[in-house]
Amino acid sequence: MAHSTFKGGIHPHKRKRFTREKPIKEYYPKGDLVYPVQQHIGGPAVPIVKAGERVLKGQVIAKAAGYISVPVHASVSGTIKAVEPRMTVSGSPVLSIVVENDHQYERLPAEDIKPWQELEPGDRILRIQKAGVVGMGGAGFPSHVKLAVKNPKKIRTVIVNCSECEPYLTSDYRRMVENPEWLVMGLKMILSLFERAVGVFAIEDSKRDAITALQLASGRESRMEVKVLETKYPQGSERMLIYACTGKEINSSMLPADAGCIVHNVDTVCAIYQALAFGRPLTERVVTVTGKALAEPCNFHVPIGTSFSELIEAAGGFKTEPQKFVSGGPMMGISLFDLDVPVVKTSSALLCMSKDDVARFQPSACIRCGSCVEACPEHLLPAKLADLAEHFQEEEFRSLYGMECLECGSCSYVCPARRQLTQSIRAMRRSLLARGKR
Amino acid sequence: MEKRMNVSASPHVRGAMSTSGIMRLVILALLPAAVFGIFNFGMRAFYHMLVTVVACVLTEFTYEAFADRPVTVGDFSAVVTGLLLAMSLPVNAPLWLGAAGGIFAILVVKMFFGGIGQNIVNPALAGRCFLLISFAGHMTNFVCDAYTGPTPLEALKQGEAVDPLSLILGNTGGCIGETSALAILAGAVLLLAVGIINLRIPASSFAVFTLLLVLFGNQGFDEIFLVRELCSGGLMLSFWFMATDYTTSPITKRGQVLYGALIGALAALFRLYGSASEGVSYAVLLANLLTPVIEKITVPKAFGRRR
Repeated sequence: MAHSTFKGGIHPHKRKRFTREKPIKEYYPKGDLVYPVQQHIGGPAVPIVKAGERVLKGQVIAKAAGYISVPVHASVSGTIKAVEPRMTVSGSPVLSIVVENDHQYERLPAEDIKPWQELEPGDRILRIQKAGVVGMGGAGFPSHVKLAVKNPKKIRTVIVNCSECEPYLTSDYRRMVENPEWLVMGLKMILSLFERAVGVFAIEDSKRDAITALQLASGRESRMEVKVLETKYPQGSERMLIYACTGKEINSSMLPADAGCIVHNVDTVCAIYQALAFGRPLTERVVTVTGKALAEPCNFHVPIGTSFSELIEAAGGFKTEPQKFVSGGPMMGISLFDLDVPVVKTSSALLCMSKDDVARFQPSACIRCGSCVEACPEHLLPAKLADLAEHFQEEEFRSLYGMECLECGSCSYVCPARRQLTQSIRAMRRSLLARGKR
Repeated sequence: MEKRMNVSASPHVRGAMSTSGIMRLVILALLPAAVFGIFNFGMRAFYHMLVTVVACVLTEFTYEAFADRPVTVGDFSAVVTGLLLAMSLPVNAPLWLGAAGGIFAILVVKMFFGGIGQNIVNPALAGRCFLLISFAGHMTNFVCDAYTGPTPLEALKQGEAVDPLSLILGNTGGCIGETSALAILAGAVLLLAVGIINLRIPASSFAVFTLLLVLFGNQGFDEIFLVRELCSGGLMLSFWFMATDYTTSPITKRGQVLYGALIGALAALFRLYGSASEGVSYAVLLANLLTPVIEKITVPKAFGRRR
């Protein structure tokens, strides 16, 4: 049984018109590039270069530390300036490799690579890990781990997450419109690992051009379909997406594979294609640079490691005074203290807001309207959970399924009393998770 | 960068609806019935609304000023309470009656329990019941210039015939804002259309109430009988505007259905076997008290946790 959406959710202003029709533009960084060793979930990569060394584009500068880890590659050619802690998007310093760009973009000569079809499935997955591919939608989970499931025959659906439900973001949309054939090839490569699976491009009904492009590109593929979903936030959440595509529900203690599914983001599938077809590592990504405060919002193809502050200049500078910078979308993105932080593998957007709703509204008392209950895609009682969190009632918080929260922000968005529901629930969740309580 | 930027936890955007926005829409939705009340009973009806609303707002303001708490009269919830209370007064009651009820509703029922969102029972309804018990004579004197006979509900109880059309339109005696089913429905449709209320509570109240009347009303399924019962007394106003009060109704979806059904059942019980004509008010008040229990037993299973 397949649905085309899920219960709950919200319809925030999309605000995608800023960059919807802006083709992806190549961006060449001017300043130094900074590569944090932790751009993914799992063990931080280990630097294997020293200051003064010359590196080429595509060269490994930090190697994977163990299985749930990926290497980091240089995205330009140049000289290693330093290996030291640098500020990152999260607001805390992380060990980083700093490269001085020589503007030559000299590529590491490609190894004589075998065509991917001739590789064993295990070697295909290994090549994806070697290319440093992680989930580029925001979580940054290493892609090879997702693909290396215990029993590949149990996977029945490979979903490409084309929903891009966060307001403002258009990087995936541009990819779908401009390079649908990469997505089809990437999906074909993933499907080669799962003989009994069908491939699904799950896409919201508001993205008509992308639907057409994908339908045309995948028309001759018998194992692929384009599934049109209702436009609603958070449609792109993994659990909601699996439900909309297959009717199966998973909870926080399950993996998509438990529902016979594998879910990958648009840019990730492109990266998998580049990795398998050409042995090319993940060194660039599409970043939507947008917001009311900017003169010329744009979609850029950016070398990883580029400073966010450069992208502001590239987008024509500020038109009005910015109040808030967000890395990612406005619903789940991280607000930035400082723009002098690098673009990493998971940076889908830089959002420059000219007004900040959070500062504009003061929270007031809950009126028990139940809007948060209607909006919660996880069927939780956010108002109650936030109350329990604020009073440190751990046991009751857990018994009311507080740990199932996605932190999608829908409850805070709809709350007429402007309560910081998501924030309270998140704080409690993180505190419990840190102590190993699920 | 010298300038400091705003930093906060996500989400960084908020929806348009605010508490005061909701309250203003509720006031707008009450206006058809209120204006009809003035049209039906004359300017005295308007004076009642004015006095009661002012009493409610002033009480909240004064309490908060003296208790050194943030002043919240700007959220318009006291206006809603005052308006609802005034609409459930008989027009010939003394004007101070609404003020007394308003002070009780806001001070005792709302502020003493912690203000907006914290009260256990609906302030307007509790204020009304307070007046009914304390000033029964004034509260049940429905004789006025426009109408001298018994109210439709009293007439029904005595077995007299009542014109169903006038019950729907509202050109009968009764409380100021309760006579016109049509005007109340117009407001309810507005609240449904903008999503302030949903059908779970009213639909289940009406369904259970109607079902019980058909089963135990000794009239079988008689449309005229049902229209008379549904449109008389404070039933329409209570089911649409009092029962759907956010604070005193459950936030769980299944809880709302159960709560509505409970109100419908109690209202039917009081209508069929009780003597007080304000049975519906007591039905909602009783259900208010059960809201915490209902909420506790109707916690939804989280996504992916259903078996």
